[in-house]
Amino acid sequence: MSTMTLEQAVQLALREEMGRDASVLYMGEGVATKHADMVADFGADRVRNTPLAEAIIAGTAVGAAASGLRPVIDLLFAPFMTYAMDALVNSAGKLRYLSGGQFSFPLVALGMTGAGWGVGGQHNHNLEAMFVHAPGLKVVMPATPADARGLLKAAIRDANPVLFFLDIGLLHQPGPVPDAVDQVLPLGEAAVPRSGRDVTLVSYGKTVAVCLEAAAGLQADGIDAEVVDLRTLKPLDEAAVLRSLAKTGRLVVVQEASGLCGVAAEIAALAAGRGFPFLQAPVARLTGPDAPAPGNWALEQAMVPSAQRVMEQVRALVGTPALAA
Amino acid sequence: MAETSPELARLEGMLLIRAYEEQLVALHRDGAPGTCTSVGQEACAVGVVQALDGRDRILTNHRSGGHLLARGADPGRLIAEVLGRVDGYCGGRSGSLHISAAELGVVLTSTIVGGELSMAPGVALAQKMGRGEPGGIVAVFFGDGAACEGVFHEALNLAVHWRLPLLFVCENNQWQAYVHRLETMSDRAISAWAEGHGLPVRVVDGNDVEAVHGAAADLVAGIRAQGGPAFLELSTYRQRGHFEPDDQAYVDPAECQAWLARDPIRRQAERLRAAGRLDAAGLAALEARVAARIAAALAFAQASPMPGPDTLDRHVYA
Ligand SMILES: Cc1ncc(C[n+]2csc(CCOP(=O)(O)OP(=O)(O)O)c2C)c(N)n1
Ligand SMILES: [Mg+2]
Repeated sequence: MSTMTLEQAVQLALREEMGRDASVLYMGEGVATKHADMVADFGADRVRNTPLAEAIIAGTAVGAAASGLRPVIDLLFAPFMTYAMDALVNSAGKLRYLSGGQFSFPLVALGMTGAGWGVGGQHNHNLEAMFVHAPGLKVVMPATPADARGLLKAAIRDANPVLFFLDIGLLHQPGPVPDAVDQVLPLGEAAVPRSGRDVTLVSYGKTVAVCLEAAAGLQADGIDAEVVDLRTLKPLDEAAVLRSLAKTGRLVVVQEASGLCGVAAEIAALAAGRGFPFLQAPVARLTGPDAPAPGNWALEQAMVPSAQRVMEQVRALVGTPALAA
Repeated sequence: MAETSPELARLEGMLLIRAYEEQLVALHRDGAPGTCTSVGQEACAVGVVQALDGRDRILTNHRSGGHLLARGADPGRLIAEVLGRVDGYCGGRSGSLHISAAELGVVLTSTIVGGELSMAPGVALAQKMGRGEPGGIVAVFFGDGAACEGVFHEALNLAVHWRLPLLFVCENNQWQAYVHRLETMSDRAISAWAEGHGLPVRVVDGNDVEAVHGAAADLVAGIRAQGGPAFLELSTYRQRGHFEPDDQAYVDPAECQAWLARDPIRRQAERLRAAGRLDAAGLAALEARVAARIAAALAFAQASPMPGPDTLDRHVYA
């Protein structure tokens, strides 16, 4: 076991995959400048600075992916992905289908998002659900350095386009990472970092830690909370959510992104449908507001659901009389 | 046996495209889905595609019928695709608007205007990095409207700075759907923009198949020799509407007449006739051969079944 930050884990995964597969390419505004060591190890052909033009970075990745390469593009901050959206959504997400399966698009688009640096709404926007809504794409947002490494390795090996979101608030947080080189975590599998009997807290990204903190706090009330970290938002591990719900009967979904049509809404719909027989209380969602992220650290922190809010929500739910006899 | 020569083959190639698209128009009148035809632009497709070879890759757009046929696509599988049948090149999932045929090297056809420009540098990068066939290049066809998209400049800039083996082919057919291009750009804007990016640029009469072919062959040879990209602007005209049906009430009849007088097929036939290499009987024989191919293609397509609704979510993910 080594200790490293999520950012270091991402670089480790990239290095490992570039060493393993010569078709992996790393491109973006400044990646060759920032990672001269990678240029030295893998060549300037495979580690490329690009023009400041996200649409053509993404379009080039799509064309290259369909032609035998495996590009990883660093689009820097998630809001910049909207410039790249046509290539990712209309080309990578649709041209396999529309061509009757003639092409595949093994590419990864990296983007940072989330509260932590007070950079404001044009650098911090949890817009992952926009991509979850687009057919043909996969979406990942890890909560720990170990998961970031294992999931990025899987994303690079995947035959489909993967949007890989890095939570700014986690980037410099250290965590344990296994030493084994082939630590690949399959996409589409949630983790259960804490098991419990009374209530399920579902989240992803940095609010997983918020849920864990809340779960620890709830212990004093005699409430035993289970925490489910989705890790991959598409494909969504519905079975893991339902398994937990079957055990606890109560569900709180926590996300930093705004609520309307978001991932938490999808989880709530899952609970209201296939999870209905298990429910002993209404499903609750705690989300960020429908507002751009302010460029003000204190206000930005206020967007993120806090452990305090999660605990209050859980106490209210546990107080709800069971509906099932 | 009639004389065969590249010039005659180009005439026959254009006749095939014309007959194919006229067939699609007729099918549309009988209720089939509409299409974007390239009637009047056949010399662009045939001239450029014949300057490429089997190692090369082609990207095209919504107006792709000519490019595909010039590349040797089976008109039966094309009509099947337009009609949504399983024997279409895309299994009946594309319809007319995004027909790719990877087996022919026609890849990633996109009907997002500018989409082909956004992906072409990546295909050329893979080629340059040894993922294609040795010595191959990439040609990307797009319209004057696509040149108004920002990604046009992004693609040119990247191709120049990464020295990508990419031939940009702008079919300037004067129209951007229902807007005349001179409403949106100055007359010589496209080639001037391209020149600004610092790559070899040629502007050619796109209704003269020999001129198109000659210029394309020169530029392709330059790309193969030097590695970097080149740009070909073809002045041509969209004789029919944007998308069937289109009454073209918005088109200036004088402009249209002037271009009809420069029809690329008639010009090539007259050139060959004047050179004593084609007579009326020879032309009639070519036309009959093409008509027979299209009739057989139509029968093939109409006999092909529709994909079942159970296939609706097939090919979303690899
Ligand atoms: C991004 C985008 N905008 C608009 C359209 C609708 N549209 C389809 S073809 C077309 C005209 C394109 O003009 P041009 O690039 O000159 O090609 P042409 O149709 O003349 O061959 C338009 C506006 C589209 N498909 N994609
Ligand atoms: Mg046009």
